[in-house]
Amino acid sequence: MIWNALLLSLKEIRRNLLRSFLTILGVVIGVGAVITMVTLGNGATRAIADQIESLGSNMLILRPGQRFGAGRDSAAAAPLKLADARAVAEQITALDAVVPSVTHAAVVVRFAANWSTTVVGATPAYLRARKWPLTQGRLYSDAEDRAGKALCVVGETVRRELFGRENPIGGAIRIRGFSCEVIGLLAAKGQAAMGMDQDDVVLMPLHTVQRRLIGNQDVAAILLAVSPGASIDHAKAAVERLMRERRRIGEGENDDFNVLDTRQIADALSSTTRVMTMLLSAVAAVSLLVGGIGIMNIMLVSVTERTREIGIRLAIGALEHEVLLQFLIEAVVLSALGGLTGIALAAIGSAWAATAMHIPFLFDLQINLLAFAFSAAIGVLFGYFPARRAARLDPIEALRHE
Amino acid sequence: MSVPAAPDVPLLRLRGVTKSYGTGDALLQALRGVDLEVREGEFVAIMGPSGSGKSTAMNILGCLDVPTTGSYEFRGIAVEKLSRNQRALLRRHCLGFVFQGYNLLARTSALENVELPLLYRGETTAARHAQARAALEAVGLGDRVRHTPAELSGGQQQRVAIARAMVTQPDVLLADEPTGNLDTQRSGEIMQIIAALNRDRGITVLMVTHEPDMAAYAHRVIRFVDGRVDSDERRP
Repeated sequence: MIWNALLLSLKEIRRNLLRSFLTILGVVIGVGAVITMVTLGNGATRAIADQIESLGSNMLILRPGQRFGAGRDSAAAAPLKLADARAVAEQITALDAVVPSVTHAAVVVRFAANWSTTVVGATPAYLRARKWPLTQGRLYSDAEDRAGKALCVVGETVRRELFGRENPIGGAIRIRGFSCEVIGLLAAKGQAAMGMDQDDVVLMPLHTVQRRLIGNQDVAAILLAVSPGASIDHAKAAVERLMRERRRIGEGENDDFNVLDTRQIADALSSTTRVMTMLLSAVAAVSLLVGGIGIMNIMLVSVTERTREIGIRLAIGALEHEVLLQFLIEAVVLSALGGLTGIALAAIGSAWAATAMHIPFLFDLQINLLAFAFSAAIGVLFGYFPARRAARLDPIEALRHE
Repeated sequence: MSVPAAPDVPLLRLRGVTKSYGTGDALLQALRGVDLEVREGEFVAIMGPSGSGKSTAMNILGCLDVPTTGSYEFRGIAVEKLSRNQRALLRRHCLGFVFQGYNLLARTSALENVELPLLYRGETTAARHAQARAALEAVGLGDRVRHTPAELSGGQQQRVAIARAMVTQPDVLLADEPTGNLDTQRSGEIMQIIAALNRDRGITVLMVTHEPDMAAYAHRVIRFVDGRVDSDERRP
């Protein structure tokens, strides 16, 4: 019986191929949009998580100024000094690495080639804290850092722009009037989610950057790598206590520094992405609903147009529920076909978009199944009314219909 | 399936059947008390001017409609007491219809059109194909099974419709002006097929027609005038 109705509806869909296609277009677009949004949203969330992971998941970043909420901004707050880093390293035990660092935008030049990049000045522990290996050469030593030697380690992008096919190790680049020997090459990290190129960097000893590029003893940020197994929250609280003490912040006063937990950044960023995903999916879901209404509209037209056919079927001896089932199954098959097409389009579309946006393509089985079930449900919901209208036709009237 | 007949019960029996549409001033009395019996194997032509109630009578006899008052018994079963679905089942198993306008499904092959009633009977695909093909061959369209109605002439379309009506081996064939849209020669062909169904397969035929030439094929002619049976003649 159901099989018969399925057969009938498939015949009917085949008979009106173009109209069937136009009917399901709304559902195709709706399902496609929902799945694409969710898939891309998941990919973006993952990309952010990966980026945070690449920074190190057990990292704290200490900066002057209050990042969120009330308090003095970073310009007004007293800068951090090397002594702060030393104090943190000495007094807080659960830390693997304490890395004072500064960043400075600069143009690096080699012969005729020049490239605008970011110079990071940090103690040698920087790469260990960020779990960032070298592919070639070596890193500067603590002694070389303290001496302010003109040495640098370049990222992959800088190497490509300045050295091309040449071996960068032992080469010299000029930064703001001083020459600097390239002693190492960083492993390529690739592009980050926000389009930031992580390989577009030159790493130099902290003291070198402070003396030759910035001209003061300030430290912009202190990276703290918490020992594996130690509590990040405890370490953060300890750092905050110590810094309040060192900066003489009284009871009840706001911090004029902040300690960022990389997990917090990850959470903040992913929740933003999640909200965006939800909003966009909601918009897409509305288009799915519109697609359903489109199906109802076409099914109603189809019932009117096929009144005589329904009359023939009823005269021949079709039961009310057989006609109902025929039209209902037709609507469900149509919208389910739309759902499947939408799923296929979304898979292609989101794979393409994910590549273009440099985020991973994460196939979400759950949302695909859900969208398919939902599209079939839309068929039932919006197909029922036209189907009932068809089933209740009077055969005599229907046969007389022109 | 056919409903077994008790001895001496006529196949179809109308008793005091009236049918009216509308109410008040707009009341239209289509039938004003019709008594009629049809026995198994008869070939009955129903004639009468338009508005005489012959189509209404056909709708009631075809179980598509029920009388306002009076009773209609099909093999002794009171049709007016059946539900809509029960009447549909009666049509499915015992009746075949041929209409003036052919009423085939558009863009559907002759074979699939003829298979349609078998589909509702739940026959297997192989059985449907075989029976539909045999029915089309019986009406002389064995070489046109894949044609759609648009590719067939009027006479051929009507033959497909007859094949569709007879493929279920009905007890009664109800034909509503089956030759109304056809020229004399095609009409003759159609009437020969219908007469053969009555003669060779024992199918009872009820046929509405305007044309005395067509009524001449029948063994009995019932004339309707003004919602009543005006005359009822049998010929040998």
